Amino acid sequence: MAEPLLEVRDLKVSFRTEDGIVRAVDGISFTVHEGEVVGIVGESGSGKSVSMMSVMRLITDPNAIYAGEIIYKGRNLMGLSRDAMRQVRGQEIAMIFQDPMTSLNPVYTVGWQIEEQLNEHNDLQKGQARRRAVELLGQVGIPKPEERIDDYPHQFSGGMRQRVMIALALSCNPDLLIADEPTTALDVTIQAQILELIKRLKRDFGSAVALITHDLGVVADIADRILVMYAGRIVEEGDKEQIFYDPQHPYTWGLLGSIARLDRPKAQRLTAIDGQPPSLIHRPQGCNFRPRCPHAFDRCRAEDPALTDKVGGGHLDACHLSVDDKRAKRDATINPQLAESA
Amino acid sequence: MSSTNGGPLLQAEHVVKYFPIKRGVLIQREVAQVHAVDDVSLEINKGDTLGLVGESGCGKSTLGRCFVRLYDLTSGRLIFDGQDITSLSRRELRPLRRELQIVFQDPYASLNPRKRVGSIVGAPLEIHGIGDRKDRKKRVQELLEKVGLSPEHYNRFPHEFSGGQRQRIGVARALALQPKLVIADEPVSALDVSIQAQVINLLEDIQDEFDLTYVFIAHDLGVVRHVSDRIAVMYLGKIVEISPAEELYERPIMPYTEALLSAVPIPDPRESAARERIVLEGDVPSPINPPSGCRFHPRCRYATDVCTQIEPPLVDYGNGHLAACHHPLNVDKETLARVSVDQAHSPAQADDSAKPVQPAQRSS
Repeated sequence: MAEPLLEVRDLKVSFRTEDGIVRAVDGISFTVHEGEVVGIVGESGSGKSVSMMSVMRLITDPNAIYAGEIIYKGRNLMGLSRDAMRQVRGQEIAMIFQDPMTSLNPVYTVGWQIEEQLNEHNDLQKGQARRRAVELLGQVGIPKPEERIDDYPHQFSGGMRQRVMIALALSCNPDLLIADEPTTALDVTIQAQILELIKRLKRDFGSAVALITHDLGVVADIADRILVMYAGRIVEEGDKEQIFYDPQHPYTWGLLGSIARLDRPKAQRLTAIDGQPPSLIHRPQGCNFRPRCPHAFDRCRAEDPALTDKVGGGHLDACHLSVDDKRAKRDATINPQLAESA
Repeated sequence: MSSTNGGPLLQAEHVVKYFPIKRGVLIQREVAQVHAVDDVSLEINKGDTLGLVGESGCGKSTLGRCFVRLYDLTSGRLIFDGQDITSLSRRELRPLRRELQIVFQDPYASLNPRKRVGSIVGAPLEIHGIGDRKDRKKRVQELLEKVGLSPEHYNRFPHEFSGGQRQRIGVARALALQPKLVIADEPVSALDVSIQAQVINLLEDIQDEFDLTYVFIAHDLGVVRHVSDRIAVMYLGKIVEISPAEELYERPIMPYTEALLSAVPIPDPRESAARERIVLEGDVPSPINPPSGCRFHPRCRYATDVCTQIEPPLVDYGNGHLAACHHPLNVDKETLARVSVDQAHSPAQADDSAKPVQPAQRSS
């Protein structure tokens, strides 16, 4: 396989707090290849945002402690100076956030904001930046871009603001787009529009996309490969088919079971994952997921499971159960009703 | 959910809620109106759950708040448990407030950050003067246990809880006075999917236990299907389709419902790829100046001339399934012939010019 676009090696991010050290990201390694869409899935607090923010070196908290390597096109981003990093951001890697209202500056027009970014990274003549900005707004599906360019963010709806954010992110043709819950604050209809747009961008521009979400349904259509994160670690990794049709980790089962599905007969009860994610200061003994796992046994308490390829084919998971055991127990965990009737 | 069909608990007749838009500093003139809810009639039976679905700005939350008289109606009538509550004064409403409760969307904004959980959940009891201090504390601790928290949480502050736990506190507060009707306004939209399932299961459990009637407001048809007996789809202040829950998913009549259904992501890559997805263009138009004719026509892929001119009435297609559309989907010729058709609205003819296609594939 070709050299990956982005390779993260054993990334650790912790924060010093009054109560102790919060291990937000606890040793994760993954790669993103050119033109690939990687879905990063997990609950709030699982470290998915923090890990991607670290890739952008956007965590400026003085109490943050980093370790590990972030290799982008052969360069370790961890060692770059602030100025060199500024060139990478926007130009090479761009990011869009969950809340498009707080990520746009309310006192400037959207056109001004896009032009600023274009001028920052390119040597453009007067008028060129504006033309390019109109073009970008048109590409992300904003009607009448030549009129809307002089509007302020508050004059746009939520979905339209997210489009502006995407236009901003695309302005310098980045090779990697990091999308942090880009549709969570939006209606399902607008979510469908934005996902459709991201799919089109991947096709037209060939950018790689890292899509962070808490909803497995969102990545089913769009992702090539999926990482499932829990409590700062990757607990399962595989391509889309492997994750959806042969999920190995009980946490992934829980995520699948908790979705109210339209493509299945109505379930009597949703399979919720009981309890709350663990404290990142005092982690449980052994496996992080043990306290919430319906299949935990002695070994789960004694030993922290490593992320290894047990199934084969590059499908990694961190669980002590044997593959056969898991396949036997899986369906009843995801959907007890369906398993009974089968 | 439950099928204890005890007659209507709440009847809404031609409910209208407009919000005035005012201009001017000293002398305020009304320059326009936001048509938030426009002529909505429906009934909710005791023990049932009515799902209220639509995009942001369609008026579903406003309607929910009208139901519990948090807003005064512009016109129309509300009958709760046999009593006309449309124009009751604040004082007259007070005893009724016990029976009408609401759970809000944002578990962060709806709890006072300076109050302890005990006094948040106990506030309704205190206001209505129920029991003495000791009784109230006991009752609150019981409620906390009911919603899956522990009685020790009594002295904690909201910031010590996660989103899902806060929503449980909101539910406990709504339950404190043993209400009859609970309006759940997007109770899970702000939560992670895995936590959504917990809260939905909780709402279902307490419905059976306390014999509650719900109005469940959401924009996600997947979640709504799970809890609802009947579902009303709203668009720009109007109900455009109302139907028994399963029926709505099996054969949506209104193209807007079809589009909403197809927008729900399906966690199955093969099925998701095989499915035809109808992506609605643009946003909901402004409710200040709703489009003429059918309000959905600018975004509808079946729209024809008649849709731009004549507003389609809500027509009963049988089995309690009503829809307002000139080009109904999934309706056979016999049904079309049977439904009452006036001159202005003639779906039977319109159907031939625009052939409705099968809705997005669903394997149910």
